[in-house]
Amino acid sequence: MTATAAPPPPAPLLEVEGITKAYPGVLANSDIAFAIRPGAVHALLGENGAGKSTLVKIVYGLVRPDAGRMRLLGAPYAPASPAAARAAGVAMVFQHFSLFEALTVAENVALGMERPPPLRRLAGRIRAVSAAYGLPLDPDRPVADLSAGERQRVEIVRCLLQEPRLLIMDEPTSVLTPQEVEILFGTLRRIAADGTAILYISHKLEEIILLCESATILRGGRVVAGCDPRRRSARELAELMVGRIVQPPARAAAPAGAPVLEVAGLSLPAAWPHGRALHDVRLAVRGGEILGIGGVAGNGQDELLAALSGERPGPAAAVRLDGRPIGALAPAARRMAGLATAPEERLGHAAAPDMTLTENTLLTAAGRERLVRHGLVGWRRAQGFAARIIAAFDVRTPGTEVAARALSGGNLQKFVIGREILQRPRALVVNQPTWGVDAAAAAAIRQALADLAGAGAAVVVISQDLDELMELAHRFAALNEGRLTPARPVEGLTVREIGLMLGGAHGMQAARPAAEGVPA
Amino acid sequence: MIRLERRPAPSRFWTAATPLLAVALTMVAGGVMFAILGKDPVAAIRTIFWDPLFHPQYAAFSRPQLLVKAGPLILIATGLALGFRAGIWNIGAEGQYIAGAIAGAAVGLAFYPLEGWFVFPLMVVAGAFGGWAWAMIPALLKARFGTSEILVSLMLVYVADKIVAAMAVGALRNPDATGFPGSRNLARYPAAANPDLIAGSGLHWGGVAALLAVALVWLILARHRLGFEVRLAGLAPRAARFAGISPGRLTIVCLGLSGAFAGLAGLFEVAGPGGQIRIDFGSGYGFTAIIVAFLGRLHPAGIVLAGFLMALTYIGGEIAQFVIGLPAAAIQAFQGMLLFFLLGLDLAANYRLRRLRRAAP
Repeated sequence: MTATAAPPPPAPLLEVEGITKAYPGVLANSDIAFAIRPGAVHALLGENGAGKSTLVKIVYGLVRPDAGRMRLLGAPYAPASPAAARAAGVAMVFQHFSLFEALTVAENVALGMERPPPLRRLAGRIRAVSAAYGLPLDPDRPVADLSAGERQRVEIVRCLLQEPRLLIMDEPTSVLTPQEVEILFGTLRRIAADGTAILYISHKLEEIILLCESATILRGGRVVAGCDPRRRSARELAELMVGRIVQPPARAAAPAGAPVLEVAGLSLPAAWPHGRALHDVRLAVRGGEILGIGGVAGNGQDELLAALSGERPGPAAAVRLDGRPIGALAPAARRMAGLATAPEERLGHAAAPDMTLTENTLLTAAGRERLVRHGLVGWRRAQGFAARIIAAFDVRTPGTEVAARALSGGNLQKFVIGREILQRPRALVVNQPTWGVDAAAAAAIRQALADLAGAGAAVVVISQDLDELMELAHRFAALNEGRLTPARPVEGLTVREIGLMLGGAHGMQAARPAAEGVPA
Repeated sequence: MIRLERRPAPSRFWTAATPLLAVALTMVAGGVMFAILGKDPVAAIRTIFWDPLFHPQYAAFSRPQLLVKAGPLILIATGLALGFRAGIWNIGAEGQYIAGAIAGAAVGLAFYPLEGWFVFPLMVVAGAFGGWAWAMIPALLKARFGTSEILVSLMLVYVADKIVAAMAVGALRNPDATGFPGSRNLARYPAAANPDLIAGSGLHWGGVAALLAVALVWLILARHRLGFEVRLAGLAPRAARFAGISPGRLTIVCLGLSGAFAGLAGLFEVAGPGGQIRIDFGSGYGFTAIIVAFLGRLHPAGIVLAGFLMALTYIGGEIAQFVIGLPAAAIQAFQGMLLFFLLGLDLAANYRLRRLRRAAP
C-alpha cells in the first residue's frame, strides 16, 4: 500500500445529523451534527458527561439514537450492532483492551474476527499490516508479555485487518509512554494518508493540536463548536470545552521535615498468573509533599496500591505512618491510623456500582467518620457525610440516594477522592486519579490533592499521565516491572530522563542501558 | 429482532410483581401438567391452594399444619437469605437441619427421664450448635482452601442422612422399644417436649423462633454493619475487600448463622411435631427453604409470605394426593415450577425487551 495524497473529495465519509439520545434523567446527545471527510483525523472533544461516549457508541452501533440520522459514503447508515458497523467499514479501538492474556497476538486477533482465516495465514497478514503502518508486533507472542502500547497495537491491527473506512480511537494515549505516543501518531498519520478517516477522542489537547485537522467540541450533549484545532491554542480549546477558565493547580514549595509515609523493602509475590510481583519497593513522603509515581500500566501500580490499602497486607515494618509500623494491619485499621487510598477502578473497586452514594461512604469512612457505632450503621450520619462530599467537591448528582453507577466517570471520581480527603487522612495514595475524567473534574481533583498536601498530608499520586505528575508532584519515581526507581525532584527533569526512568517499555530496550538510578 | 437490554436500575414494579406472576404461571403450567396426568386441573389447583384453608372437612386439621410447616421453612430460609445476598451459597441446610435435630435430641435423651426446666433450653442450644458445627465444615474448608461451599454443603446433606439413620438404629435407639428403629418419643418426655403453645394452633417454639429470626435478620440487613457487609460482598466483591471485609470471615459468619437457624428448625421439629429421631428424619425442609428464600426475594418479610405459600402447597399437595390421587412427584414438580418461573421472571426486573430493526447487511 502506498500513501497517495489525493485532494479531498467533496463528499464526506460520515455525516451525522440531528442525533439525539436521552437516558432517564439525562439528555446525553441533543441534535448533534458533524461530518468527517475521507482521510481526515477528526477530534471529538468534551468533558466527561458531555456525550462523547454516547455519540461514539451510536456511530459504532452499540447504542441506538432516539432521533437523527447518519450517512456513510452517502448511503443511510443505522448500525444495529457493532457487527453491522464493522460490516459497513467502521472499526473502533476501545480505551479498555479486550484481549486474552494467555493467548498469542494472532489468536487474539482471530477471536475478534467474524470469519478468521487459518492462523498461519493470519500471522502473515498481521506482519504485513504491522510493517506497512510502522506498528512493530510479533503475532506469535502471548499477550501477557506485551506492554500496554503493544496491546493497543494488537487492537489497532485487528481493526486494520477489516480495512475500515473509519477508525474510532477512544483516548488511545492514556496508557502510553511518550515514546509510544510518537509511534502511535506516526501510524495514525499513515492510516489517514491511506484514506481511512480517524475519529480521535482525547482529553489531551496538545495531542489534538498535533494530530487532528478538524474537531467537534461537545458540552452538555450539544455541539458547541467545530474548528481547526491546529489554529487554536490548548487553552482556547479547553475553554470551549469547559465553558470557563481552567486554572492549573497552585503548587506549594516542597516541604522539609520527617517522612509521614514510609515504605521500606516491600516485596509481594504476584497475586495471580500474569500479575506483577513487587520487588523491594522503597519510598518516603514528607508531610506536605506529593510524590508522583509514573509507569506504564501493569508494572505494579495495582499491586502497590493493594499493598498500601491493606487489601494485601505484608510485614508490619514494610509500611510506616508517622513512624508507626502498619504494614500488617487490615484495611479498616490502616484507615483509622490515617492512611487513605483510592484505587484506579472506580466502579466495583473504589465504589460499589449498585449501591447509593450514602452506602458508598461506608466503604472507607465507617471508622474515621464514626458512621458505624456499636455495630449499627448511622444512616443519617452517612447521608450527611455523602452530602458534604457532594457539596465540597461539586459532584453532579440528583442526590445522595443515587446508585454510584448512575454518575458519570468524572463525578464518581470526585466523589471517591472527596470521600478520602474529607476524612483528613495523614497520608493519601491515589491510583490514576483523573483517568478518563474530563478536564474540569481533573483540574478540581488535582487542586484538591494539592490542597490536601498543602494542609500537611503526605500524598502519593500513581498515574500514567506524565503531564499530570509533572504538574502536581514535587518528586517523581517510576514503577517498572514491580520495581520503583529512587525518587527525583521534578524541577529540572527532562522528558528524556523520565522516559529512561520508566525503564524503556518493551520494544524500546535501547533506552534501558542508559538509565540511571534504575535498580537492575 | 428482539433484544434484552439491561435496565439502568432494577425495576421496582417487576421486583414486587414477579412472585405473584410466578405463582399465577405455576398454576397455569401445573394445571396443564395435571390435565396431562388425567386429573381435572381446576379441581387439583383448588385442592392445593383452597382446600387446606377452607375445606369444611380438612381445614380444621390442615390450618394448624400450615404453621407447623411454615415455621421451619421461614426459620431456615431467613438464615439462608443472608448468605445468598453475600453470594455465599449454603445448599446444605437440610444437612444442618438434621445435625441440629441429632444434637438437640441427643442432649434431651441424655437427661431422660430427669425432669428439669433447663432440659429444653439446653436442647435448643445444642440444636443450634449442631447446625452451626455442620455448617462450619464447608465454611472453614472454603475460607481456608477455597473449596466450593455449594458442593461441600450439599454432599454433607447425604452424610447427615446416613448419620441420622445410623443414630436411629444405634446410639439414640429407644432401648425400651424392642428392636424397632427410632429414638424415644421426645413429645412424651415433658421436660424435652416442644408442644403447641396454644393447644391445636400448630404454633410451637419453632414458630416463635422463626418470627424472632425474621426480626433479627431484618434488623441486621437494615441497620447492622454485618448487613451492609453482606450486601456489599454480594454486589461488588472487590469493593468489599477494599472496604476491609474479609471474604473468609463473612463466609464463616453467614454459613454459621444459616447453619444455626437450620439446626434450630431441626431441634424444634424433632422435639415437637416429629417427636423422635427416625431413619428418614430428613423431610426436605432444608431444600424447600431455598425456594422460599428466593420466592421471598431474599427479604425477611417476603420470606414470611413465601414460607406460608410453600407450606400451603405442601399440605395442599398431601390432600391432593389422597383426595384426587395426584402422585407425590407431581407435587414436587409443581413446587419446582414455582422456582423456575420466579427465576425466569427475574429477568424482567433487571432487563427489558427492546424491539430492534434488522441490521442492514
